[in-house]
Amino acid sequence: MDRDHQWWRTGRVVVLGSFLAFAIFPLYWIIITSLKGQKEIFSLPISYWPEQVTFLNYIEIFRISHFQVYIWNSFLVSLVASSIVVVIAMLGGYVLARFSFRGKRQVMFGFLITQMIPMFIGMAPLYVMMSKMHILNSLTSLMLIYTVMLIPFCTIIMSGFFQRIPTALEEAAMMDGCSRISALFRVIVPIMLPGIAATFIFAFVQCWNELIMAVLFIDEESVKTIPVAMNAFIKKFDIEWGAMSAATVLSVIPTMLLFAFCQKYLVEGLTQGAVKG
Amino acid sequence: MQTQKPIVMKTKQLAPERKKTFRVSREGAFILLCLLPALLFVSVFTYYPLLRGVIMSFQNYTLFDLLNIEFIGLDNFVNVVTSPEFPRVAMNSLYWVVISLFFQLLFGFALALMMRRRFRGRGIYQAFVFFPWAMSGFLIGLIWRWMFNAQFGVINDLLLRSGLIDAPIPFLADGKWAMAAVIIANIWYGVAFFAIMILAALQSIPEELYEAAAMDGAGRFQQFWSVTLPYIMPTMLVTILLRVIWILNFPDIIYSMTNGGPAGSTHIFATYMIDKVIFGQDYGQASAIGVIIVVILLLFTVFYVKATKVEKGGDF
Repeated sequence: MDRDHQWWRTGRVVVLGSFLAFAIFPLYWIIITSLKGQKEIFSLPISYWPEQVTFLNYIEIFRISHFQVYIWNSFLVSLVASSIVVVIAMLGGYVLARFSFRGKRQVMFGFLITQMIPMFIGMAPLYVMMSKMHILNSLTSLMLIYTVMLIPFCTIIMSGFFQRIPTALEEAAMMDGCSRISALFRVIVPIMLPGIAATFIFAFVQCWNELIMAVLFIDEESVKTIPVAMNAFIKKFDIEWGAMSAATVLSVIPTMLLFAFCQKYLVEGLTQGAVKG
Repeated sequence: MQTQKPIVMKTKQLAPERKKTFRVSREGAFILLCLLPALLFVSVFTYYPLLRGVIMSFQNYTLFDLLNIEFIGLDNFVNVVTSPEFPRVAMNSLYWVVISLFFQLLFGFALALMMRRRFRGRGIYQAFVFFPWAMSGFLIGLIWRWMFNAQFGVINDLLLRSGLIDAPIPFLADGKWAMAAVIIANIWYGVAFFAIMILAALQSIPEELYEAAAMDGAGRFQQFWSVTLPYIMPTMLVTILLRVIWILNFPDIIYSMTNGGPAGSTHIFATYMIDKVIFGQDYGQASAIGVIIVVILLLFTVFYVKATKVEKGGDF
């Protein structure tokens, strides 16, 4: 039995270690590539640690492109869209969690089904709509479409968070003369802050990462988000891997920080939202 | 859900008889107001374009000839299905979904089992192994594209060093290898999702069940079969269904890694369709592909739900 236990433990360490290596290695590889000189990147045998650490690739990406503009655009779009989403999802989620009313099932179903239908069927019509609204090639189009894409899932997650908070709290506040809406914002929202933050960060990261809609709607230099700009670079025949790896690292850093910051809540929210629906 | 009843009763009790309808309609207005923004956005910018897309799939809607749009029956569907690329795209989509899903599930399940019991540094460990899930498909494709590089890629280097191959493989220049490469990148990305879901399910298994099983003399393996697996089955079944749908509709990794190339050999439905929208400008045919995807998913979902009886198990 003891021997058995020992085997089990060693096996577990090995498996856990392999998963860690598998998960980390690509990130490690892109980071050290970004720190190698141009020559070293394209020389054999390839090195597993930069012979000389250099930040030239990071300077290069700002020299050959308006990378600061793309960062700003990505940031602005993600911030605006996820803020709007959180407010809308909070109101919707609250109502779905607290009231029973006619059509509630249909509303829930309507939200859930959007998660299953590929948005692509709507791509061509959306393009035509955006063009008629004269917002192609503007950040507004992305803010709008990201908000729309995130509303259903975030509303469902939020309603899950509300369900976990006892109604007694707002009842007490309403007995004391608060209106429902002020009870919501004064009593419930403060308790829900971690959940709200997690939803916000989830939405932010989704916007920050989105590629397809952005490629469809944007091709003007001044309004490109990071993925759109990088996509234009990798469509060329020769990819400048030094500059591209630096750009990759730069655009992953915000995600990494946000993820590290609230990974626990995110994971919780996700499991709630996706399993319970 | 049970919890909202007290509120309704209280408002009724508090309000005088005559004002009852007023109170009720006020709550109704509140409900409507809160849901209105969500409903409005989703109907105008999700449901309307979807509906419009379905209509487009029956029209000759090309950007070159916008003045002559008319219904052409099933022509778009016939053209798509009989095009020379279609069998390849369909097979690729199947490989993409089935192989990715199988390994994501297998690895995710193993990882969740291993992570179940506490160990020192589990929080940090979790942050690292789950991180790929937070990354963008675009960047993942880009990173793996560099790692699979024929000349300077690290994967070829590792394989050469370990003696598994004698000459570097041009992974992304060869259609068969390229499909394997994009699937590997997708597996890397998706393991975390399964691990997260299964871990959550594992942690909700009451400890008493194991104690009872141990009392009945069940060994570790038997406990796994008779307690763990049945308990997490509903979660797994729902997660698998959601993932099938999601993976089939996930173009980002392929888009940045091979862009469907070389010579269209790694296109799946989703990337094929995007190609048609962005470069082809035949919106009728593009929409037809979208409708085909939905029909396939619908049939699959109905079949899957029937076969697994998932609707009884999960909160779905």
